Amino acid sequence: MTDWEDELATGTQAPGGAPDTIPGLLARNADKYGASPAYREKEFGIWQSWTWAEAAEEIEALALGFLTLGVEKGDHIAVIGRNRPYLYWTMVAAQMTGAVPVPIYQEAVGDEIAYVLDHCDARFIVAGDQEQVDKVLEVQDQLGNLTHMVYLDPRGMRKYDHAKLTRFSTLQEAGRAARTDLIGELEARRSALTGDDTCVMLYTSGTTGRPKGVVLSYHNIVETSRNSSDFDKLRAGDEILAYLPMAWVGDFIFSIGQAYWTGFCVNCPENADTMMSDLREIGPTYYFAPPRVFETLLTNVMIRMEDAGRFKKWLFRVFMDHARKVGPKLLDGQDVGLGDRLKYMLGELFVYAPLKNTLGFTRVRVGYTAGEAIGPEIFDFYRSLGINLKQLYGQTEASVFITQQADGEVRSDTVGTPTPGVELRIDDNGEVFYRSPGVFVEYYQNAESTRDTKDAEGWVATGDAGFIEESSGQLRIIDRAKDVGKMADGSMFAPKYVENKLKFYPNVLEAVVLGAGRDYCTAFINIDLTAVGNWAERNNIAYASYQELAGHQQVLDTIQSHVEEVNASVAEDEMLSGCQIRRFLVLHKELDADDGELTRTRKVRRRIIEEKYADLIAALYDGSPEVSTVTEVTYEDGRKGSIAATLQIRDAAIREVAVRMAAE
Amino acid sequence: MDKEEGMAVKDSAESYVTDDGRTIGGVLMDIRSITLRFGGVTAINDISFDIREGEIRAIIGPNGAGKSSMLNVISGFYVPQEGEVWFRGALRPPMKPYQVARQGIARTFQNIALFEGMSVLDNVMTGRLNHMNSSMWSQALWLGRAEAEEHENRERVERVIDFLEIQHIRKTPVGRLPYGLKKRVELARALSAEPELLLLDEPMAGMNVEEKEDMSRFILEVNDEFGTTIALIEHDMGVVMDLSDRVVVMDYGRKIGDGTPHDVRNNQEVIDAYLGVSHD
Repeated sequence: MTDWEDELATGTQAPGGAPDTIPGLLARNADKYGASPAYREKEFGIWQSWTWAEAAEEIEALALGFLTLGVEKGDHIAVIGRNRPYLYWTMVAAQMTGAVPVPIYQEAVGDEIAYVLDHCDARFIVAGDQEQVDKVLEVQDQLGNLTHMVYLDPRGMRKYDHAKLTRFSTLQEAGRAARTDLIGELEARRSALTGDDTCVMLYTSGTTGRPKGVVLSYHNIVETSRNSSDFDKLRAGDEILAYLPMAWVGDFIFSIGQAYWTGFCVNCPENADTMMSDLREIGPTYYFAPPRVFETLLTNVMIRMEDAGRFKKWLFRVFMDHARKVGPKLLDGQDVGLGDRLKYMLGELFVYAPLKNTLGFTRVRVGYTAGEAIGPEIFDFYRSLGINLKQLYGQTEASVFITQQADGEVRSDTVGTPTPGVELRIDDNGEVFYRSPGVFVEYYQNAESTRDTKDAEGWVATGDAGFIEESSGQLRIIDRAKDVGKMADGSMFAPKYVENKLKFYPNVLEAVVLGAGRDYCTAFINIDLTAVGNWAERNNIAYASYQELAGHQQVLDTIQSHVEEVNASVAEDEMLSGCQIRRFLVLHKELDADDGELTRTRKVRRRIIEEKYADLIAALYDGSPEVSTVTEVTYEDGRKGSIAATLQIRDAAIREVAVRMAAE
Repeated sequence: MDKEEGMAVKDSAESYVTDDGRTIGGVLMDIRSITLRFGGVTAINDISFDIREGEIRAIIGPNGAGKSSMLNVISGFYVPQEGEVWFRGALRPPMKPYQVARQGIARTFQNIALFEGMSVLDNVMTGRLNHMNSSMWSQALWLGRAEAEEHENRERVERVIDFLEIQHIRKTPVGRLPYGLKKRVELARALSAEPELLLLDEPMAGMNVEEKEDMSRFILEVNDEFGTTIALIEHDMGVVMDLSDRVVVMDYGRKIGDGTPHDVRNNQEVIDAYLGVSHD
């Protein structure tokens, strides 16, 4: 604790002399990198940019504006909207006034927003546009403490009652006008901030129960940003594209924590639909995407190659084969023969460089993926092109980083070694625990959950089961600890392990494996409409809806062959061979966060799915060849409807495992 | 949301405020006793109505009623044999369509009329033609006023693109777009001309429910944000009744009704025209 006391004594200094709060880092950056770009956003077809000095001025004006609204130290200011510089400024401006920013997922529906706003007692909300304002107005009766709302995009807002509503730019103007009166107050509040103050509160989407507000201090965020930035040598001059939800801890660390620590530039896309072309125009040097994005990109590349001419196809095949052979080795700095090197250089000229350019990855120096397992073929595809794609393992409660892969030590089935400053421990049940400077302060107003997760010595349970590989020292994650169960015969049941293998097939979007406490495993499968739809088009198979395509015999045949291949691969693993899938069905609708079946970060909510589709599960285990069902669905605008379907249940071949039989 | 009973529509030139807070001004265009014949066929028979500033005015009627002909008269494409068109308080002499466009009237077409091979951006830029004063040579050689003009026009076009949410297809050739988006691009082109009066010929034809909802929202927002007066032809009664302030009903070239959606819906002659009564 003495270290901390030293820090307190010096006010706003971290070890090494750098400021230890985000507003402190902003002041440093405005001073040190004043003329270099801090933010860019594409609007009206042009990249608009703000230097660090300009950003500092905008943020200060907004912070002063907040003071005119009566923002107090400790207030919660909710932020909801898509990634825009203005909303990042909002978070930092809130911090300057001593308030705590609470970003909310922009797709969240009324109830979810109401819960979060009510739970954190938000007095102020900054919303991106009319849609978000409407969502809040709908639930405002439940929010006793809501004092004022600010909106960014004035479109459609003219006729709203502006008694408790202010436009973003108007608020900034008010702040600028009141500068002489209020700057003293703002300075006092800004300089009173210490590393122990709350930096941000992020609600975890939670695969079970209500979301919890994770309180992260400046110390958590700044230390973690420093360690992880050093680890990957991130620096001023790097570029990132901020396109992941602002309410997600990763975006906060990348676009605020690391950006402010190193002084690199945050680029915001024009809107969600233009992300790919914006990515290409910016050419980020530091890039994060969940495995799903990499999968989709690869699927698109493959689909487009199918349409290419014969010569191009040949060129692509020859050089991609070569890249798979030597690309990862080159990236890891291993020995590669001269002939292979030359051939790789030719490939770079004809295939790899143009492809990377099309994808927007030409300048990527550090790329990460995390959140789910990534298919080895997908992972290797990008690495073989010379893109330094790596994996990390993290959590909101850890300020993201727990483990990450160092350059040259990258594999698709592990998640790396502990990030500097992180200690790792595996308990007897196989659950992974960690302790680090990034460990969260508490769950807001939930001492019980805090105690359950974090012990007195600061060790935090990840809830994931895994082990550390002897040979490499890297962590390998098997599944959620609570999902790892036993089957009726006592053998180990790890659903995610099998689901991931299924999801590596482009035709499979999502899979849910069932079998805890049962005699055998079964699965629900969601087809990927892009991949399967494209296949249908090529084979002249007409379909009118997702449901019809999902029930097509040939589609079922294909999925069955995937399931059987997965069974064969699962059978190789002695411990988990009981997890082979004996019966499965292809669901008639996509699992959707709006229906509560997935979290907002697209993780499967098992309990809800098991309840909702109890009739289907019963049919999977009673041997019936098909099942009729009616499912309630929620449309984007919140209305409900239902779909009726008759689903075929297929039996898949499984492999007997000689080793296990003998052991018994 | 029907715009009905409570709304007072005054015949005088005084402006009034609608229930949803928009201001409707005086008469912008006055159409007086128009008759249009093609050989022996009388397409429009002695029709008069007016369009007021800031309102959404619908022209409806069964197939062959003469709606599109009426729109073509307003846009200057057809010159009627009889009758007068008064615009901004002045009698409009017979004009070429491009002269009408210069007056601040823009339109979209029933059958999309875009340049299929050109990008969305280029198509929308063509809507700015009337705002370009530099000569072809200076534009080709990027001399004199051409550059500054291009910047001004592009900025205006980008605002329209942003407004209609078509940023993601900015560089896409129009030929590759689905029908609903093409309709939106056509609206963008018309809007980029900064018209005072916007004519929409069946803006929702062939659209699905979701596309219709989007288009309705855009029409209302164009009217609300830019204060553009809109005259539209539409078959979808639900859309017409929800969107428009006043409706003209035509049947066999005659005007059989004129008033608020509520009035028109209760007009016996209109009901007959739509449900079908034998015409002797």
